[in-house]
Amino acid sequence: MKALDLLDLGLLGLRTRPMRAALSALGISIGIATMIVVVGIPASSQQQLMNELQALGTNLLRAEVAPGTSGELPPVPENSPEMAKRIGPVRLASAIANAQSTVTRTDRVTDSSGLSVLVAKPDLLEVLNGKVHSGTFLNDANSSFPTVVLGDKAATRLGITEPGPQVWIGKTWFTVVGILDRLPLAPDVERSVLVGWGAAKTHLNFSGHPTVVYVKAEEQAIDDVRGVLPATVFPESPGEIRVSRPSDALAAKRLTENTFSALFLGLAGVALLVGGVGVANTMVISVLERKREIGLRRALGATRGEIRGQFVTESVALCLLGGLSGAALGVLGTAGYAAWRGWPTVIPMTAVFTGIGAALLVGVLAGAYPAVRASRLAPTEALAAP
Amino acid sequence: MTPVLRISHAHKEYPGGVKALDDVSLTIGPGELVGIVGPSGSGKSTLLNLMGTLDRPSSGTVEIDGRDVTTLSDKALSKLRGRTIGFVFQQFHLTDGISALDNVATGLLHAGVARKWRHARALEALTKVGLAHRQNHRPHQLSGGEKQRVAIARALVNDPKLVLADEPTGALDTANGQAVLDLLKGLNRAGTTIAIITHDREIAATLPRCVVMRDGRVHA
Repeated sequence: MKALDLLDLGLLGLRTRPMRAALSALGISIGIATMIVVVGIPASSQQQLMNELQALGTNLLRAEVAPGTSGELPPVPENSPEMAKRIGPVRLASAIANAQSTVTRTDRVTDSSGLSVLVAKPDLLEVLNGKVHSGTFLNDANSSFPTVVLGDKAATRLGITEPGPQVWIGKTWFTVVGILDRLPLAPDVERSVLVGWGAAKTHLNFSGHPTVVYVKAEEQAIDDVRGVLPATVFPESPGEIRVSRPSDALAAKRLTENTFSALFLGLAGVALLVGGVGVANTMVISVLERKREIGLRRALGATRGEIRGQFVTESVALCLLGGLSGAALGVLGTAGYAAWRGWPTVIPMTAVFTGIGAALLVGVLAGAYPAVRASRLAPTEALAAP
Repeated sequence: MTPVLRISHAHKEYPGGVKALDDVSLTIGPGELVGIVGPSGSGKSTLLNLMGTLDRPSSGTVEIDGRDVTTLSDKALSKLRGRTIGFVFQQFHLTDGISALDNVATGLLHAGVARKWRHARALEALTKVGLAHRQNHRPHQLSGGEKQRVAIARALVNDPKLVLADEPTGALDTANGQAVLDLLKGLNRAGTTIAIITHDREIAATLPRCVVMRDGRVHA
């Protein structure tokens, strides 16, 4: 029998019982769709992250004294950013320091609101690729006066939406001159208020020693810079300096946010298995119901192989129907979710092809037993079936 | 001339010791119209299964067109069946959901006839039974008599050496039954060898040759 004839025969059961075919294919369809969505959504998120990182830049390094050791050590020199700039590939460098002070909305409360007060230099924003949402950043003119710039989360926490109000830092009123945009590469700065170096020294007893040095270097030399940075910014004890790449930390955080794939992929597998059992069940019933048809075909000259082929083809066609509709559903689902989140849509073709391949395999496995049973029926017994 | 069918000393015993056929010998020559008649339990269904190569005898031989089929493999037997024997059943056994023409063409599909010839030959067979105008109707749109004529067309479509009709009028009213019988007689006049299995002595009496079965044996 030719392949086309076999296909005709295999599709016969689907054509004559479309509702049953649709329902049993649905199980497979759900399994495959889940599989594609589970792989597609993290991939789309990943692509979005890549795009974001591309925009933010991955050439930023952050050097800080390892926590818990700074107490016994001499402070980091004040001119460490300038020293860092002497490293060949370094283009920009800036520093921040923790003022060890608190900020509140008024002088009547003592609750520190959990925000830290950082001392920053005017060139910090450029190094962090940051933008001012409203007002201005610290500059040479206002740095010596009690002025403050708020990170976006700090501004929300303090309930300040525009420059103008004053906040209570240490024992002084500071005027808010600017509010920053989000800073994905420096989440600690987002949660802080920034004061100028001069003002901090005057009003907050600031010692002038940086706690964090940010360095922007040429992308291809970033590893070299990373190697020499500790000794440059803190020659006394380079071993205590920890250098990190904020873009890496951001990527790692996002990845963990979307690492549900293994669990959900398992769920998709279970759905596929259940779908396969459903198809096998449908096929067993189909064989029971169609005993007389099987007997007739045997009387008309069908060999056992042809009967087997007919039912395996039917099972594969059912599963393939489920697989294809599931793939379409999965692609639509992924695209819809990505559009909703404002991400680029990434459809991993390997997942689509693996899904369809899995459906094919399930079809063969689910069809094998019923098909063999059908082919083993004696023609006389099959014809005599009620 | 080689007989179309020759059964010699066939015995058939079912597990449990039921003797369905006891030393049956039967020869059918080309162009014959034979009635095989007997009450239920007489063994005529078992005989039909042997004649149609759907089952094998416990002992004895079955020759189709001069060829001993008792030793053939299941596959070879299937192919021989598809090419040389046409079946007509009491319950028609048409496939629901496909047209009369496709039902007739099924008879060619399993016989290994190439796709491109099937519809033309199926239409030819439908024309022979006078149902060319019903070719696109599905089984549920046909009357009982029409269904049986479609089934006869399916049995005829591959020009079999022998057509076996098992109670072909059993599910039909008298008028339709008579029409089907007349159709079979007409086909026989046109050259087809036909064996009609029936429990109805009246029908058998109108046939040129009659084989009477009783208790697994052939009488007369």
